[in-house]
Amino acid sequence: MTPHPAHDTVAETVRIEGARILATLIRTVGDVQLAEDAVQEASLAALGAWPVTGVPPQPRAWLTVTARRKAIDILRRERARPDKERDGLMMMELSGSEIPPDEVVHDDLLRLIFTCCHPALSPATRIVLALRTLCGLTPAQIGGVLLTTEVATTKRLTRARQKIAAAHIPYRVPAEGELAGRLPAVCGVIHSLYTAGHAPVDGQAAYDVDACAEAIRLAELLHELLPEQTMPASVLALLLLTDARRPSRVDDQGDVVTLDKQDRSHWDTPAITRGIDLLNESLLRTHGQADAYQLQAAIAAEHARAPSYAETDWAEILRLYDLLISIAPSDAAALGRVVAAAEAADPATGLALLNDLPPSPRWHAVRAELLARENRFAEAAQEMTEALAGASTQPEQHHRERRRARFLHLATSPDDVA
Amino acid sequence: MPQYLALTYTADVDWWAPEQADELAEYRKFGVDHADTIKASAVLHPTSTATVVRVEGARGGEVITTDGPYAETKEALTGYYLIEADDLEAAVRIAAELPAAWSGAVEVRPVILAK
Repeated sequence: MTPHPAHDTVAETVRIEGARILATLIRTVGDVQLAEDAVQEASLAALGAWPVTGVPPQPRAWLTVTARRKAIDILRRERARPDKERDGLMMMELSGSEIPPDEVVHDDLLRLIFTCCHPALSPATRIVLALRTLCGLTPAQIGGVLLTTEVATTKRLTRARQKIAAAHIPYRVPAEGELAGRLPAVCGVIHSLYTAGHAPVDGQAAYDVDACAEAIRLAELLHELLPEQTMPASVLALLLLTDARRPSRVDDQGDVVTLDKQDRSHWDTPAITRGIDLLNESLLRTHGQADAYQLQAAIAAEHARAPSYAETDWAEILRLYDLLISIAPSDAAALGRVVAAAEAADPATGLALLNDLPPSPRWHAVRAELLARENRFAEAAQEMTEALAGASTQPEQHHRERRRARFLHLATSPDDVA
Repeated sequence: MPQYLALTYTADVDWWAPEQADELAEYRKFGVDHADTIKASAVLHPTSTATVVRVEGARGGEVITTDGPYAETKEALTGYYLIEADDLEAAVRIAAELPAAWSGAVEVRPVILAK
């Protein structure tokens, strides 16, 4: 069943506003689970009422007041032995109808972000918590985004909440001096979330959640909350620059379109401009000393500003990959560097560099393309067969199958080489 | 205030051996530096002195003892500190000063406190 579009807008407003008010409610009641339950009940009330009445003029105020009332209900229901002094203060705050001022919400959101992304939690748990509390997704939706089950997600959330409560992970914004040490964990969550959204898999569309959009929303939020910090700005730049090219990555049939064949007029120009501005500002702030996000953003910016594939500044991209690998070596960066080296020089250079890297499906696919560029089509087809033996997303799999068929054809009819 | 048990996991040493004296002195210093927060502590004899006890079936069943530690691991449980701290971050800061944190690892576990 497809949800009614109007209902969709209501659901979206409820979800985003709900996540925003959760942070303040957690601080007020001092209990993540209680606050989440209250927001959940308020959201259900909104989903029941708003499709009939329309979204009220101040949806946040409506949800805030309703969530507070729900919290009071839950407290009365569940507190067998109330702590009079503490509960008294809490009840006073919960009975108010004024919505908290922006600077209070600002601090509460930061508290929530740094608690969800606390280094004492595993990276996988941080992502699940962020999706639940910062994005307001249900365990079923999170399971869809992260390719796991609702049950596994619920278990992970329960364990995480138990640890936060039992081990007293503080609900606090790190001190100025600690911020630099704590930001990589937060930015890592946002970046991983974007990457997870980038791998479309069967069934995912049914969940109607765009992990890339959620990641960008979180990056925007973090940058808005900490405008003076470099890392949130560079992560946002990287995500915007990568996402600007997303619409042209697959065609109408859902098939992968490689960078050299993409219609660049479909790229999101405002996003590219903003990404480049953010990157430049962040580089000024770090006096040209770039971290891994800035370097990846710079590589994305080089692609984004090239008028065509042929006019790409491959020498500059190669230089950026060298810098990236010197501070944050990874297999993905090493393969990106191979492609840049092959384009800057020739396929043989790329093939020679591949020999020093560990094989993977993508390694085989890159090698297949480079062999084809040298008109070694039989070898290219063989290499693509190896790439297809490994795990990959379905569109990627189809793309590799098409390329292999093309290489096989060219291997037997060399006259067709254009 | 929350309490945490900081368990030290290091090489399975005999603390009585003369060559351990310098390291023990470091643990002593830790104990003095954090005397206010440490509620209890102990260093343990090596795992070769351990005995695992099990009772067959239920209470009153046959007592079965086996020689050696419950789990054979590269790093052994060699001691513990029961500490008080405001929250996990404070507990981690204290645990990070235990020599075991760099010679092995320190596991920090929140303690259930009877209300």
